[in-house]
Amino acid sequence: MTGVLEWVLAPLQFEFMLRALLVAVVSGGVCAILSCWLTLIGWSLLGDAVSHAVLPGVVLSYIIGIPFAVGAFVFGVGAVGLIGVVRRTSRVKEDAAIGVVFTGLFALGIVLVSRTPSNTDLTHILFGNLLGVSDSDIVQVLVMSAVTLAIVLVKRRDLTLFAFDPTHAHAIGLSPRRLEALLLGLLALTVVIALQAVGIVLVVAMLIIPGATAYLLTDRFATMLAVAAAVSIGSSVAGTYLSFHADLSTGGTIVVSQAGVFTLAYLFSPSHGILGRWRTRRAVRVPEERPL
Amino acid sequence: MSAGSDAVRVRGLTVRYGEVLALDDVDLDVAPGRVCGLLGVNGSGKSSLFKALIGTLRPDRGEIVLLGRDPAAARRAGAVSYVPQADAVDWAFPVGVTDVVTMGRYGRMGPMRRPKQADRTAVAGAIERVGLTDLAGRQIGALSGGQRKRAFLARAIAQDASLLLLDEPFSGVDKGSEATIVALLHAMRDEGRTVLVSTHDLAAVPDLCDEAVLLARRVIAHGTPEHVLTPDVLAGAFGAPPTRGRAA
Repeated sequence: MTGVLEWVLAPLQFEFMLRALLVAVVSGGVCAILSCWLTLIGWSLLGDAVSHAVLPGVVLSYIIGIPFAVGAFVFGVGAVGLIGVVRRTSRVKEDAAIGVVFTGLFALGIVLVSRTPSNTDLTHILFGNLLGVSDSDIVQVLVMSAVTLAIVLVKRRDLTLFAFDPTHAHAIGLSPRRLEALLLGLLALTVVIALQAVGIVLVVAMLIIPGATAYLLTDRFATMLAVAAAVSIGSSVAGTYLSFHADLSTGGTIVVSQAGVFTLAYLFSPSHGILGRWRTRRAVRVPEERPL
Repeated sequence: MSAGSDAVRVRGLTVRYGEVLALDDVDLDVAPGRVCGLLGVNGSGKSSLFKALIGTLRPDRGEIVLLGRDPAAARRAGAVSYVPQADAVDWAFPVGVTDVVTMGRYGRMGPMRRPKQADRTAVAGAIERVGLTDLAGRQIGALSGGQRKRAFLARAIAQDASLLLLDEPFSGVDKGSEATIVALLHAMRDEGRTVLVSTHDLAAVPDLCDEAVLLARRVIAHGTPEHVLTPDVLAGAFGAPPTRGRAA
């Protein structure tokens, strides 16, 4: 028992661990909330694209000397806009448009890094630097998280309507296009928030795995939000501790933890898991009419 | 809505997808308080016409007036309701019957769409009217084909729409449920609502519809079902004499 307590408490003596845990919990929670809509709409690839496309923005911010979040957000939103332009104005399909834009911008970022002095550490940008977050990083994460959560809280029902039935949204005079733009803006914001924790390469995991895991565990959206947040925050804390004690990559350990929880849900979810379904198949109720 | 004006009024509607002409100079008037069947094969322009009426498709030419006003204004007033066809819905989406029906009220709610007592009453009433009260909490994918359709009809009822657009309402629905849905649509018509049904299920048309429109990029025929469902007229649209069953 004392061993466990010590395992939990000892790292808390270090200020850098407290900062790391704060950023991990906040960014994990915000990403988890947004991931519910992203998984339901099917925007995983788009999340991946936005996260990679922010690299040149981050590098340029370091060069100019402005908060990295500003450059990252500008390039995140710009990438989404560019993908839309390429798709609408050429015969290229959406997945190809996404692929071209995000790899192109990511490569531009790598080129920029190779031409800038060594104070921009590519490894930290790509894989996160949770154990070395600065005060200004924390302020940026907290402000952006508060903004994101406030918008989501106010617009959550409209976002769900947009994800479920955009045609109905249009038929009752709402603008699905505006809701789509709002959600894309929130996606860009969230990517920037999660950069600190796990880095560009793994951000998409934070934006997909919690929602996908919760989707396997419930048929109610409100429950899905809560489960996703719990999975994500739990994994963030567990990953940060494991990385501290075992000297592992923090971002990597967080995402591996999330993937572990997903695997458990995939196998054992009572309603939608592989083994859970197999066990309860005989007990399943038969609807009185079968849909075709 | 001004007295005597049509529920749907379409003039010269033309829709192109690149080189393909989907709708060619379509004129259509549907009076209020009617059930109108929109018939045609796949590719006849039924869904393009629906999309143009809902406003998700911008026509190349032509004019649309819904309930005597500009379509966008009619939509903002909550007067237009759309019941999607079964394949267009993600049935695994984590929403329940009450959630879906409440979405019919969103246009009337504040920016946060927080339901007030009046909204809850309207939603519960609509669910009761379609006979799903016992299943109100159920996830929509756990309903049968007919129940799913009724849930979306309840959304239109809760919305209190004057014009209902139904896309293939009988696909995936057994005969018993079909009769229930027909009765519901007739009751809504008798309240003065207008129901526009897009279908290729010709067998259902005589029972359901007061009038029928046969579409093949243009309006081939428009009249009572008996007038439209004659072998000669149908041959023009379907390209072969019809069988008295479901056209595929």
